[in-house]
Amino acid sequence: MRKTPLYEAHLRLGARMVNFAGYLLPLQYTSILEEHLAVRRKAGLFDVSHMGEFLVRGEEALAFLQWATANDASRLQVGRAQYSMLPNERGGVVDDVYLYRLEEEAYLMVVNAANIAKDFAHLRSLAQGFRVELLDLSEETALLALQGREAAALLQGLTDLDLSQRRKNDVFLAQVAGRPARLARTGYTGEDGFELFLAPEDAEAVFLALLEAGATPCGLGARDTLRLEAGFPLYGHELSDETSPLCTPWAWVVKREKAFFGKEAMLARPCRERLLGLVLETGIPREGYRVLSGERPVGRVTSGGYSPLLEKGIALAYVEEGAEGPFAVEVRGRPVPAALSPLPFVPLK
Amino acid sequence: MDIPKDRFYTKTHEWALPEGDTVLVGITDYAQDALGDVVYVELPEVGRQVEKGEAIAVVESVKTASDIYAPVAGEVVEVNLALEKTPELINQDPYGEGWIFRLRPRDMAHLDELLDAQGYQTALEGEV
Repeated sequence: MRKTPLYEAHLRLGARMVNFAGYLLPLQYTSILEEHLAVRRKAGLFDVSHMGEFLVRGEEALAFLQWATANDASRLQVGRAQYSMLPNERGGVVDDVYLYRLEEEAYLMVVNAANIAKDFAHLRSLAQGFRVELLDLSEETALLALQGREAAALLQGLTDLDLSQRRKNDVFLAQVAGRPARLARTGYTGEDGFELFLAPEDAEAVFLALLEAGATPCGLGARDTLRLEAGFPLYGHELSDETSPLCTPWAWVVKREKAFFGKEAMLARPCRERLLGLVLETGIPREGYRVLSGERPVGRVTSGGYSPLLEKGIALAYVEEGAEGPFAVEVRGRPVPAALSPLPFVPLK
Repeated sequence: MDIPKDRFYTKTHEWALPEGDTVLVGITDYAQDALGDVVYVELPEVGRQVEKGEAIAVVESVKTASDIYAPVAGEVVEVNLALEKTPELINQDPYGEGWIFRLRPRDMAHLDELLDAQGYQTALEGEV
């Protein structure tokens, strides 16, 4: 089992640790609800050092990324970031990723922990014939996510850089609590916030300084409820090697006007089902629960849970193309009315 | 972990407190802590006849759903309606305000088949 550079700090803070993608990570420190609401109301701090980081650099870095990713990497200015996906040859996706343009010819790609080896092998095979260098920096990168509407104010006290000048999706270098960090105004909670790329030896000092400044330590439990409430996909649930992003609310990522690996297969695939958001009248939907139209099963929940803001059960679900509502979710054998919801499920900034 | 001595326990982490010819049933401090934030409780119907070990209620936390089993056979005579609005009572006061239902056992003597506080403590130690 792998440990992040913050493992000892998590234990000292009394975290309940779980195995996630081969890493020992905090599920919660005190309560998932408290941590969730701390992010929505103030600021929470996550150890996401398990995420993978690849450096892509060289003369043909952009050409390579245009081929390997579905979004238009040519729109990225130096110092900017974008959400993207790595399409496979069957119309599905190898992973969903975040791409940061660090320099004219250098990009950082952040990938899901469980997919690091798969993604790297995939990218390496696609890189044949491009003048590009691919480096896996996952082992030597710690990553913190400071999220919440007070994140900027809290972080401002620990850095000299004027954060008010930094927009969503900016990426830049700064000192935080006296340590060198690469900051990005990005995150996975639907709130304002920053992700901090750090050397492993600097991670604990910065983590503790942010807690000292008032951030609430948050675990994977709150990370999942926050991302679900924000209506973001989780790889392996809403997105996978088998599911087409064109049948999801994240179809906007796929830029049809450019060439990319797997484009023909993706465009040729009809959508037999579509991803929807559902809010339940009562009860809590869980992954795998059936979606019903009348008595007919027409879909399945891919992510479900409790929304602390709505105080209701919410779900992302794949539902047969053309199936008509009203829908219900079968909760422990009982159909519960479920209303269609736009994403995000809750109003966010 | 708090384990009051005035009641009986099951290996599935329910407690049963005799009160006259009925028993009050809830889940233990250990169970509520393991579940985390309780956000929804599905209560049984009053009047339902249940067998020992039958799943008759559901406690849902943010993380997971957990069945609650009848500690003895009998009839459900009351349910804690306060849990519909404030399921977190189970976290806050698992042995008091967070009780889940009241049973009238078919035979009060069946309670003797359950664990006492010491026995439950030992069972927990075997689990961790």
